[in-house]
Amino acid sequence: MDVFFSASISILFHGLAFAMVLYIISVGLSVTMGLMGFANLAHGVFAMAGGYLTTTAMNTYGVPFGFALVFAAVAVALLSVVLERFLYARLYGAGELEQVLFTIGLIFMAVAVVRYIWGPLPQRMLLPAALSGQIDFGFRSFPTYRTFLIAISLVLIVVLWLGIERTNFGAQVRAAVDNRRMAESLGINTGRLFTLTFALGSGLAALGGGLGADILAIHPAYAFEYLVYFLMVVAVGGLGSIRGPFVAAVLLGVSDTAFKYLVPEVGAFVIYIAVIGLLLWRPAGLFGRA
Amino acid sequence: MIFKRPSSSDSAPSDSAVEQMVRSHRLRPLELLPWIVVVGAYFVFPEYLPLGSQILIMILFAISLDLILGYAGIITLGHSALFGVGAYAAGIYALHVTGEPLSGLVVAAVAAGIVGFVSGLVILRTHGLTLLMLTLAITFLIAELANKAGFITGGADGLQGIAMQEIFGQFRFDMFGRTAYVYSAVVLFLVWLFARLLVHSPFGRSLTGIRENVTRMHAIGTPVRKRLVTVYTISAMLAGLAGGLLTHTTQFVGLSVLSFERSGEIVIMLILGGIGRLYGAFVGAAVYMIAQDELAKADPVFWYFWIGLLLVLIVMFARGGILGLVDQALRLVRRKP
Amino acid sequence: MRFWKSLIATAAVALLPWAATAQTVKIGIINTYSGPNATLGEQIDNAIKLYTKEYEKNLPPGVKIELIRRDDTGPNPDVAKRLAQELITRDKVNMLAGVVWTPNAAAIAPLATEAKIPFMIMNAGTAAISTMSPYIARVSFTLWQSSHPFGIWAAKNNIKKAFIAVSDYGPGHDAEAGFEKGFTDNGGQIVGKVRMPLANPDFVPFMQRIKDSAPEALFVFIPAGRQATALMKAFGDLGLDKAGIKLIGPGDITTDEELPNMGDAAIGVITMHHYSAAATRPANQAFVQAWKREYGPNTTPAFMAVGGWDGMAAIYHAVREQKGRIDGDKTMALWKGWKNDQSPRGPIMIDPETRDIVQNEYVRRVERVGGALANVEFETIPMVKDPWKVINNRK
Repeated sequence: MDVFFSASISILFHGLAFAMVLYIISVGLSVTMGLMGFANLAHGVFAMAGGYLTTTAMNTYGVPFGFALVFAAVAVALLSVVLERFLYARLYGAGELEQVLFTIGLIFMAVAVVRYIWGPLPQRMLLPAALSGQIDFGFRSFPTYRTFLIAISLVLIVVLWLGIERTNFGAQVRAAVDNRRMAESLGINTGRLFTLTFALGSGLAALGGGLGADILAIHPAYAFEYLVYFLMVVAVGGLGSIRGPFVAAVLLGVSDTAFKYLVPEVGAFVIYIAVIGLLLWRPAGLFGRA
Repeated sequence: MIFKRPSSSDSAPSDSAVEQMVRSHRLRPLELLPWIVVVGAYFVFPEYLPLGSQILIMILFAISLDLILGYAGIITLGHSALFGVGAYAAGIYALHVTGEPLSGLVVAAVAAGIVGFVSGLVILRTHGLTLLMLTLAITFLIAELANKAGFITGGADGLQGIAMQEIFGQFRFDMFGRTAYVYSAVVLFLVWLFARLLVHSPFGRSLTGIRENVTRMHAIGTPVRKRLVTVYTISAMLAGLAGGLLTHTTQFVGLSVLSFERSGEIVIMLILGGIGRLYGAFVGAAVYMIAQDELAKADPVFWYFWIGLLLVLIVMFARGGILGLVDQALRLVRRKP
Repeated sequence: MRFWKSLIATAAVALLPWAATAQTVKIGIINTYSGPNATLGEQIDNAIKLYTKEYEKNLPPGVKIELIRRDDTGPNPDVAKRLAQELITRDKVNMLAGVVWTPNAAAIAPLATEAKIPFMIMNAGTAAISTMSPYIARVSFTLWQSSHPFGIWAAKNNIKKAFIAVSDYGPGHDAEAGFEKGFTDNGGQIVGKVRMPLANPDFVPFMQRIKDSAPEALFVFIPAGRQATALMKAFGDLGLDKAGIKLIGPGDITTDEELPNMGDAAIGVITMHHYSAAATRPANQAFVQAWKREYGPNTTPAFMAVGGWDGMAAIYHAVREQKGRIDGDKTMALWKGWKNDQSPRGPIMIDPETRDIVQNEYVRRVERVGGALANVEFETIPMVKDPWKVINNRK
């Protein structure tokens, strides 16, 4: 019984840490897809950029971890505004195929640029001493950084949800997701709304990239390698939803961890089978509208 | 809206649908051009036949993709799963049953067809991102299965020891790649004839209808899902055929036949050439493979940058791909006098 | 009549050296230059370049070596095979060399046999490769070569209970089998085994499971590169080191180029491998110095580089001995039994029976040396033949 309890605790804990990173990176993708109907496969590029900026600021310029994260998130958000205005906006009306190709093209370019600047090796992520090692909770100890990761992510998520539920901006976003034409005719400037949301989503992705650099290593193929994870979270969660991806991330993160821990022989299959099953059961995602 | 085929809007409104269909069946002289190139290349570039046969195989693979992506509008990033199933089926058959190639091709096509049919039945109920995600998940799943099942697939080391027999007991697969080239060319020719027939048939037309306006096709009583599953299965068989050809001509199968990269690459080739017109596959695969062979040598790191930029430019300015640009140029020339 | 014959013969002999001055030996290098795994190819290629720069002048007068490089883009056997075909039929190369990936080498092997082209493998490490063609020789390593003696060493050095965790693919299975055999044959006990998916972002679940089963040592193999760093972090984060578990494995888990990224988590890890950039042999110090001079003080040659370097040494040996007139069978005869005691990794030999490398294996510990992490060698197991071939009697 004790063994079982201890195993469940570890599975929950580590699954949750993994899920938090996935959620923070992916939530922006869900919103842009729901809001603008844009299949932005290049979303991982923003997370990758965030990771590179964070690690570089820390390793080369000695910027403290927290500041490096904020700097990376702001810088990437600004960069994404430029991209959104000049490139993405031109394809809002286009078909899915065009969007998929365009964003794959962006990934290719980003991969090449990143490799040119930072080289092919993964970036070093040296955590501040206060966050490394183990933290003792009395009944057992957990890795400090992952504990911190879960805590900070939960705070972020609460702020994000409150922002969407309680602020004027959030109300506009929800309205535009529900019915864009109606929102427009009510005088909501959807163009500006799109840009702001896109920037917010990209900034969050960058934050996730930096926060998660310890779990998802920052290297040139990042945007490709983890793309499937981000897409899974969004597709299973449901487009346009804020909560859907959270549930999906926790579900996938915890079940992935559980199966790797309990039956490693099938570890790599489970996540894909789970995704296929979930999507066939609810093609629009758990919280999406069909 | 998906890439429009320029030809579909060219027809004068006075044509009856039947006349139009009969006309499109007729072979235009220009359609023979690729075959002149295929035959000519054999004699002009005898030293480039290994590359040539791989280009032919990629053309075949791209045609199979065009049927579902270009004609039926099914967006997939998992077509390599079907290609890979064909490749492995051909390899395992050659290793354990017989090295006779032609029956091997049938095995490859049937195996991929079965996987295509079953997965098509399941996933074609969905569309958009969900469909894209499902094709991805199935590809990763099959790739992982092939890695796990090392006792039949050879796992990451690849399937070794495939020894192909002579075709018709006559033509040995030689080191210079002559047999491989002719073999691939003949199979591609037959597939081309078939695909041409298919897309100009009422069945092919109904696919375009589904792509352009599903609701209307439902309304006029077309069994939409049945059609989609059928074309998906046919496409899977052709992809399997391409995979089988690759196995036969290289006498080896590795996990890379199932990779997500291969799925992405084939989509890029097709888009580059032009989608929904059969010949885009020829142009795109040839241009991409030759460019990769030449350019990647000079600048391997930035090769991906240029490919990425090209994709962005195509989407922004040339949605019909290379053939679309040719069309536009021709129209400009014709309009002038 | 006789006079004329002998005159012609004399003239021919006299002209031979002149004819030889026009000899260009073409070597086809098949390597990974692009894609996510280009780092590996870069190491090999840099070694090839450096060797050429240092030793080109030692070639017999008039003999030149032309290297024709081709990019296989990663583990893509169809591309690799096509490139080899083109190199043989179009470029008419005298030898093939390079190859990072096992499937690529396996796809090329039948071509080498058919064309009688000597094929020098500089990396691909699955044990069976050298048996696939009589024209293959290898200067890299096999996983059995490090894992099997390491199993024996571990069992004899007070490790009684070990857990094995490997990546779930060919080389991982080799490492697992090699270690298990060496370890259990000498009284060790395997308390658990796990095969981890190759594309795996998070190692923590596996580490947790291993921690819970409390072995004395954890034997790990995962492909060199970022995965190893992630694993090392998970190992440290979960406090397996504090729980008294030793992390051990073949040298792939602490490659010299990756060590700086691993941080203190790597200190104390014990590995067995054939090469460490930190080794103090004069030949190695000269090699590392030349490397840093050429590619910058922050770069470090790793075991891939040494494969490329020694492969070139063997190729140069064959070219010198034949004065640039390369014959496939003669080259293979020259390679069989070829010895080099000036390799950066210590003395090496190509086994005349299996054409596979025979080399020292070193037990190393990760330590901080002059501010940087290094694999410090502290014990040598001399001249190890590939145990897989010895045990299975394969040639």
